[in-house]
Amino acid sequence: MIIRIQNLFPVVMLSGAFSLLSAALFVSMDAVDVAFTEAAVGAGIATVLYLSAISLTGAIEKPPSGSRAIPLLVMTGLAAMLLYGTADMPAYGDANAPAHIHLMPEYITGTRTQIGIPNIVSSILASYRGFDTLGETGVIFTAGAGVLLLLRRGRPRRELANQGGNE
Amino acid sequence: MVNAFTSSIGHFNYWASVLLMTSGIYIVLSRGNLIKKIIGLNLFQVSVFMLFISMGKVTGGTAPILTGRHEIFSNPLPHVLILTAIVVGVATTAIGLALVVRIKYAYGTIEEDEILALDLAREQMDARAQ
Repeated sequence: MIIRIQNLFPVVMLSGAFSLLSAALFVSMDAVDVAFTEAAVGAGIATVLYLSAISLTGAIEKPPSGSRAIPLLVMTGLAAMLLYGTADMPAYGDANAPAHIHLMPEYITGTRTQIGIPNIVSSILASYRGFDTLGETGVIFTAGAGVLLLLRRGRPRRELANQGGNE
Repeated sequence: MVNAFTSSIGHFNYWASVLLMTSGIYIVLSRGNLIKKIIGLNLFQVSVFMLFISMGKVTGGTAPILTGRHEIFSNPLPHVLILTAIVVGVATTAIGLALVVRIKYAYGTIEEDEILALDLAREQMDARAQ
């Protein structure tokens, strides 16, 4: 549906709904923190961003031109390679997967003894991997500054004249 | 045969991610509208989130919060990584949409083929002027 519809407004609505659905899936996979971030940021802020973008650029997409053969070929090739790669991966929910037996017990006991807060995700986010979070903040700041710079310079003249008063 | 069946059930999370990922790639490659392309990239991104979170799931585990009543937790590290990735993803989406809006101001369209045609026309005009 998201692929085929050419009016962008329902596409944006559908991708918001998809985001909410994926948040529900994250809850069922025990990732509650991720789920509410996805619901707030993915379904909320991203949808608002898309809506404001299509209000500035127009909501009707041109019908696709050119052949579909090449994208379909790339897609099936990629899917085949990825599926071949998953054959060696640990099964869903496997407690003995390498990701769970290395480093993870230390994080869990460390949260109990060193950090002392109940939420392990917060303790890793803010303490064990604090530099990652600092980098994330840097990325967000850069993105915000970039958006401001991009949109401020380029307004058409008449809009600048309208909004000159409040800047 | 039974072994192959259980292993295929155990890998459905990877298959769902692969399906979403290839749909995202397909949108990016086959559609000319720049906003549609960004939506495709977003779909691709969510497939990666699904992949990581599903790899963190442990059967019988609960959400990684120390309540004292549970001893098995799902792996919290992918949750942290994806938390960061979601927020960064929205930031990059915002940059992409801002670029699209600028392109709309500069060219009057956000369809890739029309932008390329305008570029070509301008190049030919420059060549003729020299």
